Amino acid sequence: MQQDKRIRIITGHYGSGKTEFSVNYVIRLAKSGKKAAIADLDIVNPYFRSREEKGRMERIGIRVVAPEGKFINADVPALPADIYTLLQDESYQAVLDVGGDAAGARALGRYYDHLKDVDYDMFIVINANRPNTGSPQAAIEYIEEIERAARIRATGLINNTHMLRDTTLEDVLRGQRVVEEVSRQKNMPVKYICAIERIAGQIPEGLTGEVFPVKMYMRPDWL
Amino acid sequence: MAKVLMKGNEAIGAAAIKAGCKFFFGYPITPQSELPEYMAREMPKAGATFLQAESEVAAINMVYGAAGAGARVMTSSSSPGISLKQEGISYIAGSELPCLIVNIIRGGPGLGGIQPAQSDYFQATKGGGHGDYKMVVLAPASVQELTDLMMEGFDIADQYRNPVMIIGDGMLGQMMEPVELREPQKRNLPPKDWATTGTGGRGHTNVINSLFIDPAECEKHNLRLKAKFDEMEKNEKKYEIFNCDNPDLIAVAYGTTARIVKTVIDKCKEEGINVGLIRPISLWPFPYEVFEEYADKTKAFLSVEMSLGQMVEDVKLGVNGKKPVHFYGRTGGMVPVPDDIVAEIKKILGGAK
Repeated sequence: MQQDKRIRIITGHYGSGKTEFSVNYVIRLAKSGKKAAIADLDIVNPYFRSREEKGRMERIGIRVVAPEGKFINADVPALPADIYTLLQDESYQAVLDVGGDAAGARALGRYYDHLKDVDYDMFIVINANRPNTGSPQAAIEYIEEIERAARIRATGLINNTHMLRDTTLEDVLRGQRVVEEVSRQKNMPVKYICAIERIAGQIPEGLTGEVFPVKMYMRPDWL
Repeated sequence: MAKVLMKGNEAIGAAAIKAGCKFFFGYPITPQSELPEYMAREMPKAGATFLQAESEVAAINMVYGAAGAGARVMTSSSSPGISLKQEGISYIAGSELPCLIVNIIRGGPGLGGIQPAQSDYFQATKGGGHGDYKMVVLAPASVQELTDLMMEGFDIADQYRNPVMIIGDGMLGQMMEPVELREPQKRNLPPKDWATTGTGGRGHTNVINSLFIDPAECEKHNLRLKAKFDEMEKNEKKYEIFNCDNPDLIAVAYGTTARIVKTVIDKCKEEGINVGLIRPISLWPFPYEVFEEYADKTKAFLSVEMSLGQMVEDVKLGVNGKKPVHFYGRTGGMVPVPDDIVAEIKKILGGAK
């Protein structure tokens, strides 16, 4: 995590778990003592966005860049201006949580002139239990669509294959096979293997990528 | 088929295609736009047609046309868009045509907001459009149930030649859960020999119409429809009874809200309060009889809704004065919080236990 570039852009298929990963990641950054920030760039989906956890993140000192107050649920593709702060102020370790699919990644295209000159990683989150990214080929198609819309290249993969609270080790390992094949074909490293804490401890050694235990911050208890 | 993770809006699309839906006519609106997005991508692969109409009014009339020609057809929208479709829905019911309509409800009235609500209950179950018509209204509480009811919904529409509505809220449309697409129980569906597909040497022309100039004829038509609605009432009631073994109080909730109430039941149990749940799955026909039966087994009822009190009227009709019926609701896109419902239950039971 400390080796990742200063700007971490999190993208992927709609519903792949980008926001859950982003929130977990930035919380861990902050807890490791970094000056951490997250920007909610999701302009396509009005539910389950990182801005909903603003309070939790701000309490531990994370700067949350998202539409303000009454605009939080505005159904318009507007992005706050202070995203530029995160891109330009090198004292921040930043996470950009991008909307799903190419439609969501289009928001990144707007920052092309700034991103092309800064140190960034763009990670693609893959959940092989989602019907449209269940095979390496299907996942690669999504990655290429996202790269075209974002106008920048992805630099790493995240295996986030799960079945919510019913996730088994087998889910994670099956996803790992898909993601490792994508890694081979796209010549792009697997950076993280996500799993809920109960499963994370069971993941065997020797897989490519760092095991990343996640908490389900975005899912209400009753769901 | 193995389970996959799907969001509600995608699952609606996948279930419709699996059920053989050949046409989708719609117009985007938050929070169900992922559904037309999904259909635009997936329907052509299944040899089916996705068409984004110029408006909701156009979309529902395209549904009317395709249904008249005997096709399996659907549309979807969210509250304001469903309001625009009401005239067409009434025409489709009047012309006795099958179709499926999805309403992923958001806060209202008017433009309202994009967050989840259940405030279109009256519109869905008490008419919405004009005239003496009814339609089966199904309210799933999970993504799995949503796919099951979508597939069954097309069959119900065909069986009775009547529109069927599936309602969910924005939360159900956006929530992700494991699903498996399963075939519904087989129904005996009548042949669509009324469809306007050409006479084919048959000797008479099929006409799709809801116009009856002679009032006596129009009344006769209405009585025939009524007989059909009576059949639906007899056959199509669905509900879930949960933890209703002599509870202190029975909560009544449907869809997403029923999920929240199940958490409330667990929380109450920890405090020694026994709460049950009646979850209507068909909002029309409403399972009135169940309430009368359970009124003898509890002290009070509490209808929990994401509205300012709509289903509670049907609960009162069902309970029929046997026990007090209370209401708790949040509206405008606010989702009830389990602890607040627990507090409401304690208030009702007056610390009696």
